Amino acid sequence: MITPLSWLKEYVDIDITPQELQDKLFSCGFEVEELYEVGKDISKVVVGKVLTCEAIPDTHLHVCQVDCGEHGTFQICCGADNVAAGGKFPAALVGATVYATAKDHKTVEGVMTIGKGKLRGYESHGMLCSGVELGVSENMYPGAGYNGLLVLPEDAPVGADVKPILGLDDWIFDIAITANRPDCQSIFGIAREVAAVLEKELKMPDVSYTETENKLAGFKVAVDCPDLCPRYSAHYVTDVTIGESPAWMKRRLALVGIDAISNVVDITNYILKELGQPMHAFDLTTLEGNAIQVRRAADGEKITTLDGQELTLTDANMVICDGVKPVALAGVMGGLNSEIRDTTSAVLFESAKFARDNIRRTSRALGKRSDSSARYEKGVDEYATVMAMKRALHLIEELGCGKVGRTHVDVNTGNSVEPRELTVSVKKVNDCLGIVVPNEEILKIMTNLAFEPKMDGDSLILQVPAYREDMETYQDVAEEVIRMYGYDHVVPAFMPSAQVTIGGLNLQQKSELKLKKALCSVGAYECIHYSFFSPADLDMLKLPQDAVERKTIRLMNPISDELSLMRTTLAASMINAIARNQKRGNLEGRLFEIGNVFMPYELPLTQYPDEKPRLCVGIFGKKESFYTMKGIAEKIADTLQLEFTYENMSNTFLHPYQTARILCNGAEIGYFGKLAYDVADEQDLRTPAFILEMDLKVVSQWYGKKPVFKPLPKFPEEQRDLALVMSKEITCGEIEAVMKESCKYITNISLFDIYEGEQIAADKKSMAFTVVFTPKDEAFGAESVDGFVKKILKQLNKKYGVELRS
Amino acid sequence: MNANLEQIKQEIIAGAEELNSSKEVYEFKKKYLDGKAGKIGLLMKEMKNIPPEQRADYGKGVNALKEWALTYLGEMDVKMKAKELQNRYESEKIDISLPAVESEEGNLHPITLIRNQLIDVFAGMGFEIFEGTEIETDYYNFTALNTPQDHPARDMQDTFYLSPEFLLRTQTSAGQIHVMESKKPPIKILSPGKVFRSDDDATHSPMFTQMEGLVVDKGITLCDLQGMLDVFVKKIYGEGTKTRLRPSYFPFTEPSVEVDCSCFECGGSGCKLCKGTGWIEILGAGVVNNKVLENCGVDPNEYSGFAFGIGIERTAMLKYGINNIKLLFESDLRVLKQLND
Repeated sequence: MITPLSWLKEYVDIDITPQELQDKLFSCGFEVEELYEVGKDISKVVVGKVLTCEAIPDTHLHVCQVDCGEHGTFQICCGADNVAAGGKFPAALVGATVYATAKDHKTVEGVMTIGKGKLRGYESHGMLCSGVELGVSENMYPGAGYNGLLVLPEDAPVGADVKPILGLDDWIFDIAITANRPDCQSIFGIAREVAAVLEKELKMPDVSYTETENKLAGFKVAVDCPDLCPRYSAHYVTDVTIGESPAWMKRRLALVGIDAISNVVDITNYILKELGQPMHAFDLTTLEGNAIQVRRAADGEKITTLDGQELTLTDANMVICDGVKPVALAGVMGGLNSEIRDTTSAVLFESAKFARDNIRRTSRALGKRSDSSARYEKGVDEYATVMAMKRALHLIEELGCGKVGRTHVDVNTGNSVEPRELTVSVKKVNDCLGIVVPNEEILKIMTNLAFEPKMDGDSLILQVPAYREDMETYQDVAEEVIRMYGYDHVVPAFMPSAQVTIGGLNLQQKSELKLKKALCSVGAYECIHYSFFSPADLDMLKLPQDAVERKTIRLMNPISDELSLMRTTLAASMINAIARNQKRGNLEGRLFEIGNVFMPYELPLTQYPDEKPRLCVGIFGKKESFYTMKGIAEKIADTLQLEFTYENMSNTFLHPYQTARILCNGAEIGYFGKLAYDVADEQDLRTPAFILEMDLKVVSQWYGKKPVFKPLPKFPEEQRDLALVMSKEITCGEIEAVMKESCKYITNISLFDIYEGEQIAADKKSMAFTVVFTPKDEAFGAESVDGFVKKILKQLNKKYGVELRS
Repeated sequence: MNANLEQIKQEIIAGAEELNSSKEVYEFKKKYLDGKAGKIGLLMKEMKNIPPEQRADYGKGVNALKEWALTYLGEMDVKMKAKELQNRYESEKIDISLPAVESEEGNLHPITLIRNQLIDVFAGMGFEIFEGTEIETDYYNFTALNTPQDHPARDMQDTFYLSPEFLLRTQTSAGQIHVMESKKPPIKILSPGKVFRSDDDATHSPMFTQMEGLVVDKGITLCDLQGMLDVFVKKIYGEGTKTRLRPSYFPFTEPSVEVDCSCFECGGSGCKLCKGTGWIEILGAGVVNNKVLENCGVDPNEYSGFAFGIGIERTAMLKYGINNIKLLFESDLRVLKQLND
């Protein structure tokens, strides 16, 4: 909320510095996001009286002797056409700062410092300034818009700082207003708070006016949608003369960034800023049917707003119509057909309350925003709606631009604009705060906030002003009290009356953290990716149309298509992360992520989807292989005290022969494998990449498995190394399975060598294993282990034709 | 002394000169001293050819030679082994300036690091950790939190909708409601999790992480909130850190406050990090609005509570000096490797 200090001072006597006021506002809940002096860039510019002014031959320049009072008299060269002896102009002394302008003398190009200069051989000790050079527009100071020197009044004291004369010593507060205080979305609203915090009297804006006998015979207002329009008031103004607003009004509008247009339009804008109530003025002569009707638009109904744009409406929008046609898009913008023109002679003022969510939705749906719609979206109160109409009529009189008619129609849903009574318990207020605020402090604070408090025992009886729609309970009162009393009165306590609770992570959270730390220990870095991804990601994975991953939940209003689907796999984000790293020159690394996937039961959603945690690991680089990833899988199994088994599988984005399904306790829990070459090429990967994905929701059922101690074997273990020759297609897993079946004493089998080459047949390979035999009830004799080995070899030979390597 | 013995002694001395390794020493020693088969052992067999009166001297001479040879070759063996060890070391001389062979340790994401630090602090104060779902209903995210359909506070957050009813939660506060519906006070929970708002620039990401805390019990007041915050900031930002409450607004708390802590960079004197104010905004908090308690079936006449919400990314960015929130989600190893805390 842009608030000029000078405007605030109309309602409150402010006798502290702008910085002190900023601190006061901050402590009572109004953060001043920016505070600056209007003339912050202007310095050392004083009133200069031109004593002599002589033309420099063959130029447009004049050389002047300028009296700058206490600062001295200086020779200044000037190119402006209105420089003249005897005139008073702003004189920038050497060392002054003013705005630099382009050759057009209008466009500001930054701030410059005035130095001594020489023009056509004449020394110049300063500069006489235009309005633009001082940042003063025509609206801020009459005459300042002239493309030449700004003429100062004759009574301006020579040598005095020009800033107070031009209003450049004013301050602007940009104040953040929280959503619960729409009543402070106006300068008068802020003034109410300032008066309360400074304990000063609040001076009310003048709302008096005199009605003439002029009437609109038979005029009617009908509100067909009271849910969208709880209050609509209209008032008739005759004998309108459209013209310019007075300087004081134009200046105030300029300070808050609004261009003056004409007196009637300026009044509506002025009231929007002063009281926070959007108003609209219709040219009455363009209204037909002697009526106003507020209704939902018909589907397909069209209106051309005063910016000349034709809009097609739906019944979600609200229109203001005369007896025949729409004349305004309610709360957003007036219609072109009824706008105020230079020739307007009679006006119908509108001051209404429209439902904020309707205005918000209309404004967004049609892409049409205005100061009015922005204000309505925050919510207006009927107190302001009523006051604003009176104030507008007062200004019509004050500006002398029309006569206030007698026709006033107020359609409302019965809401009072009078204060309502609220009684709360003082004890509850104090209990909420945890301190005891002295009764007299509470009474003083609530008095300053205009609640007219009374205390009766524990009861605090308040008269809640109609604009304080947020005040409903003792908690609201507690907030009012403490923000004015000061949060520094709050005394730290540590829940003296609370019961002891046991905190900490649950089993799932502990297990996930343990898993993350284990992955860090194998050199992987944790990453976090967005929960949404792109339709292109599904294509990157080459998933078939009927793949379960393609059944995704779509955002209705995504930021972009790339972030439009809820993830059903973490693999795509991981592949993208690897590609991003490689593009930036990181050619090897290990990454992992634990994140949710979102599997809908049906679309569109009618119940919570299955939101389940997954683990994704991505490793890449020359050193990585299927087996390094398998090592990571085994690390995960060890960490969670589980046993994984693996079987061949294939999917659309991994290598057909280097991909494994991961099984645990008979359930499929995930997969890992080498990224397929076509996918890798499309992502411009320069080193091989491997992806693992695991469903932690399934795995979580086994979290927290307690280690069970097994007594150490009573008898020594025996170990044999077996080098076996077999056909190339037989797998290590197959050999291990046969061995285990053949002998119940085997407790460990580990492969230590694979050989293919000259020493064995060309179609064969050799695999060498260390096999550990653990005795159970009695020690092995050397012969018994040899017997086991024989049996194993026999079985291997029978099943796969395996021979012992000679 | 038998000339033969002297000859053998000289033979050993000469032969030993030629020896180059401990293995050769061993072989050489074996040649002379391998029990009865060695050359010195064989000398004993000569005894029968020695005249009886000389036999005693002869025997002494052979034994002396044997002692001498054992000592002599033993010393030689020690010397040779020392030399060999030295040679072996020298042959294994390396360039210690070559790069290390690293066994790389990864690390947790900065968001997880901050999250864990916060959890440690609050778990110690008796908070349980509750993680809600990322997909929520309009009711749990807004309505139950005292933010009805037309409430202006809904403008504060641009919400991603999945259907008219379902949305991506905009705040972890949604989890509060689920907990209060399923659990009777005393409640002390911490809800960390991903939240979503339609916002995308250097300090805003459409997905970010919040941690919401909620306490509901008998007699909980604003003073308890202040007390808990004091403990929290001291543990996270250092012992000397102070807090400041100032009025704010959230629909689900009343009174609501913004909490600032004294700048941990400059200690409050004003610097670039705190923009010269000496204070840094760290979280929003307040006394739980009675309407929220009522919505969850908790009697506000019996219980009261406070809640607070911390932005994890903001905390991480402040703590590690990260200037762009995007860096946290790009998984660039050059970034991740630096943040090992």
